[in-house]
Amino acid sequence: MKTRRQARFALRAVTASRLRSALMLLALAIGVAAVVVLTALGEGARRYVGGEFSALGTNLVIVLPGATETTGGPPPIMGVTPRDLTVQDAIALSHSRAVERVAPVAVGIAPVSRGSREREVMVLGTTHDMLSVRHLTMAAGRFLPPGDPERGDPVAVVGDTIRRELFAGKNPVGEWVRLGDRRFRVIGLLADTGRSMGTDLDQVVVIPVSQAQALFGTPGLFRVILQARGRDRVEMAKADAMRIIAERHEGEADVTVITQDAILATFDRIFTALTATVGGIAAISLIVAGILVMNVMLVAVAQRTPEVGLLKALGATPRRVRLLFLWEAALLSLAGAACGLALGYLGVAAIGQFYPGFPVAVPPWAAGAAVAVSGTAGLAFGVWPASRAARLDPVASLERR
Amino acid sequence: MNASSPDGPLISLSGVTRTYPVGGSHVHALDGVDLTVRAGEYLSIMGPSGSGKSTLLHVIGLLDRPDTGRYLLDGRDTGTLPDREQAALRLHHIGFVFQFFHLIPRLTAAENVALPLELAGVDAAGAAARVHQALAELGLEDRAGHRPDQLSGGQRQRVAIARATIMQPGILLADEPTGNLDRHSGAEVVELLEELNGRGIALLVVTHDPVIGERARRRIRVEDGTIVSDNGAGS
Ligand SMILES: Nc1ncnc2c1ncn2[C@@H]1O[C@H](COP(=O)(O)OP(=O)(O)O)[C@@H](O)[C@H]1O
Ligand SMILES: [Mg+2]
Repeated sequence: MKTRRQARFALRAVTASRLRSALMLLALAIGVAAVVVLTALGEGARRYVGGEFSALGTNLVIVLPGATETTGGPPPIMGVTPRDLTVQDAIALSHSRAVERVAPVAVGIAPVSRGSREREVMVLGTTHDMLSVRHLTMAAGRFLPPGDPERGDPVAVVGDTIRRELFAGKNPVGEWVRLGDRRFRVIGLLADTGRSMGTDLDQVVVIPVSQAQALFGTPGLFRVILQARGRDRVEMAKADAMRIIAERHEGEADVTVITQDAILATFDRIFTALTATVGGIAAISLIVAGILVMNVMLVAVAQRTPEVGLLKALGATPRRVRLLFLWEAALLSLAGAACGLALGYLGVAAIGQFYPGFPVAVPPWAAGAAVAVSGTAGLAFGVWPASRAARLDPVASLERR
Repeated sequence: MNASSPDGPLISLSGVTRTYPVGGSHVHALDGVDLTVRAGEYLSIMGPSGSGKSTLLHVIGLLDRPDTGRYLLDGRDTGTLPDREQAALRLHHIGFVFQFFHLIPRLTAAENVALPLELAGVDAAGAAARVHQALAELGLEDRAGHRPDQLSGGQRQRVAIARATIMQPGILLADEPTGNLDRHSGAEVVELLEELNGRGIALLVVTHDPVIGERARRRIRVEDGTIVSDNGAGS
């Protein structure tokens, strides 16, 4: 029998026992659909985090005070607290040729008030460059003006929550607010961007870094954000940052430098592993489906024993009988995988409809893997029933009616 | 079939035994059978129920292997042949007709007849032509597309005979071919088998019906697994 005929013959056998075939199909389809949907969710989570991260800015290098790695030398005799990261450090960092922009960041909590209304807010002390480094957008007015980072005017840019709570929803630009014991003129309103990596920009008040340092009474920065001149300059910017800080801090690079790419890559690895794990768990359902395939095939062999006997009496070799049943298993597995894929993609599309903000997507490898696993499970679990059929004794099989 | 030795016997059994373990003891289904059949012969095999007639036919048809003794098919010792080669011999040289027809219910008459051709790998066009011709010879061309449950018993057995002979084998083995048919259809089936024998096929018919058994030129009687009479032995 040629391949096509074998397939056709098996197809007739499959369609002859509809309920049994439908059961097998369903089991395999559910398994494949589970793999598709679950991995799509994992992939969606990965893309979501990736998207959030890119929204922070591009080609960023973050400099934090304090080294995280021990340098391996002998412990210092005197207790050395890490030197502060200062605005002068930030200015020095801007001299690296790999660095395009530098945004020093000082952070603190302070009460903000206007008239009788008051609330605690996060105060962000920074410079003009922060606008482009973090891809901020303005709803009204303008951002902090460019100029000497060490001498900023008492001006403030506020988030949308501040506008609602302190200005009763009116345009705050041109108005005055009090931060601690200082008065600031509001020059801009940040666009409503929602949460961005844990910082709710709607609830912050942005002021010049020098003003923040005076407000909090400390020269130390929370961090310095560098924007490299391009993706290929990120590593150079990182090396330059270490070198420049070491030069300025008596030979000790007592800072931690993280690149955005490194963080992104870490998240990427975590979510890829998560997706694979979830996919693997779903694949177990395919193994279960495979066992069901085996049972169904065993029933098929039992039910068609006289038929197998007849084929053997007519001159079918054991190999041919085995192939016949393997064809049947293969056809069912393929059909089950196809149904499962359709079902899975439908489910993913439905999730996309209900949660438009969540970038759910089937990773290309997952669909292929699901089909491969279901095909392998179907075939592997079809082998035993098929060889049982191949070993049947023709006379005894024919007499079983 | 191509006789490798034109004058030698087609089938040659010597000292063939076949025992089945039943409970603690053994049933001797065949107990030292010697039988020689020439090409184109017509034999009837009769005997009481359980005497070993079917077992004999199964051994001749390579569906069963003797425990001891030798079976030469067309001069070839079949005892040492692997399953694969026995299957090939069945496909090309032996046709089987059963009491219960054994047609595959989900296949049409034509598809049932075509099964051996499919097993032999004959191309679809050639197979269709041969099936059509075979069914036409049996007056079943208008039944080609019918499934077995849409056919009468006599028609089913004729389809089964078409299937058994589609590969033009040299041996046709029929195990109580009329056992499940009324007298009229049974007679038709026997006439058909005899017509095929007239064209040169060796015909071995197991039957309970003395009227049918008497029609064969050579009549064999089996009792308790041995041949107790054979009017053509050694001829
Ligand atoms: N598979 C088997 N297992 C056990 N005993 C069997 C088997 N096949 C046949 N026999 C026994 O062998 C003897 C001959 O059987 P069989 O050839 O079918 O007889 P017949 O066809 O003449 O009625 C009987 O006693 C039967 O019970
Ligand atoms: Mg019998």
